[in-house]
Amino acid sequence: MRVTVIDYKAGNLTSVLKALRHLGAEVEVTDADLALVERAERVVLPGVGHFAATKRLDDTGLTGAIRAAIGRGVPFLGICVGMQWLYAGSTEAPELPGLGAFAEPCTRFSEGTEKIPHVGWNSLEVRKGSRLLAGVELGVFVYFTHSYKGPVTVDTAAVTEYIEPFAAAVERGNVMGVQFHPEKSGETGLKILKNFLEVQR
Amino acid sequence: MITKRIIACLDVHAGRVVKGVKFVDIVDAGDPATQAARHAREGADEIVLLDITATHEGRATLLDTVRRTAKELFVPFCVGGGIRTAQDAEQVFEAGADKVSVNSAALADPALIDAIGRSFGAQAVVVAIDARRDLKAADPVREAEVFVQGGRKPTGRRVVEWAREAEQRGAGEILLTSMDADGTRAGFDCELTAAVSEAVGIPVIASGGAGTVEHFCDVFGRGKADAALAASIFHFGISTSRGLKEELERAGVSMRLPC
Repeated sequence: MRVTVIDYKAGNLTSVLKALRHLGAEVEVTDADLALVERAERVVLPGVGHFAATKRLDDTGLTGAIRAAIGRGVPFLGICVGMQWLYAGSTEAPELPGLGAFAEPCTRFSEGTEKIPHVGWNSLEVRKGSRLLAGVELGVFVYFTHSYKGPVTVDTAAVTEYIEPFAAAVERGNVMGVQFHPEKSGETGLKILKNFLEVQR
Repeated sequence: MITKRIIACLDVHAGRVVKGVKFVDIVDAGDPATQAARHAREGADEIVLLDITATHEGRATLLDTVRRTAKELFVPFCVGGGIRTAQDAEQVFEAGADKVSVNSAALADPALIDAIGRSFGAQAVVVAIDARRDLKAADPVREAEVFVQGGRKPTGRRVVEWAREAEQRGAGEILLTSMDADGTRAGFDCELTAAVSEAVGIPVIASGGAGTVEHFCDVFGRGKADAALAASIFHFGISTSRGLKEELERAGVSMRLPC
């Protein structure tokens, strides 16, 4: 299983690479090599930190290469900011468009008495039919750390509640995203990454 | 529903886990990688590794320890001790840490918090604060004094005011140790923890004073802590994080279970 991991300098990749390798994947990393994306079998877009970091994807031409790969049916997984990038954009950096695979924008949690960011282990309400979350039981816990989130829509694969219900995972065909960190979510997270590695085109 | 976190803390010296009370009677307690894996397997929600005698010469040893510990660890992993510059932090991240904890160096140069946050995201910066109630202050709790160098040197900074500055500069979490409670096993300083937790919008990890399950109930309730560091409690009747969490869940605290 070969996986192409996109490095756009949004935080540290070590944990994601480690988890994928642990599962037996052959991992290649690129920060600008479009040819690697053009012949990719699977693409992972990790990312922690600020949505503005995704500007680098536009600057390097990776956005176009990823769009084409998705068009060819290559399984794609966005993690955290990498998932948010799949939407129209984020109010964290309103001037930057996302990929637009999902039409809505990501927004910040509403201010109130709860702490922001949402940090810690929270439960997943998995919806039926997700290939990414196949075999993941209702109510299992995964690790989150984020202040912005995607809305719950028909493409939502799992819902988590913190202040309000939000999309913990999104999936349409070969395009998938998780707001949580599967690489830091123990056995549950490894199972989800394994599902991704086994998704058939 | 978001759960409260139980964080296992490993004090490390020269590449080995050590146990001791206030740096006295330190005994060897094993290999960090083995211990971290055991804690994760036994239900800890997160692992913190603190290099308690961080020295310049020890950097290479620490990085090797972090690398070995991170290798098979798939829960959040925070490393602290001796991180003085953004470059130090970068090396620790590259070795496999998800978060770094900064203490003395952040007080000496608060811009360190901004620098690490800019490069690695706020979620990756934990500001550790060691504070002692100041009985001479108008508000001994909110104005508890902040100490550095393992609690040896007073800074004149006040705990709530420093925690707020850390948040403003982009800290993702506060790891708050009560020097009054630390080592007593008589319970966390819930007033201190609540004062800081109410003053900031980021999660607060309580540390110091744990001795019983009730102490954890208190700090998650009255103390308004989002997470708690468990160290010495594992020597006193409760052998694992899972055991502690099951008792806390029974007492009405929401926990990641099964784990």
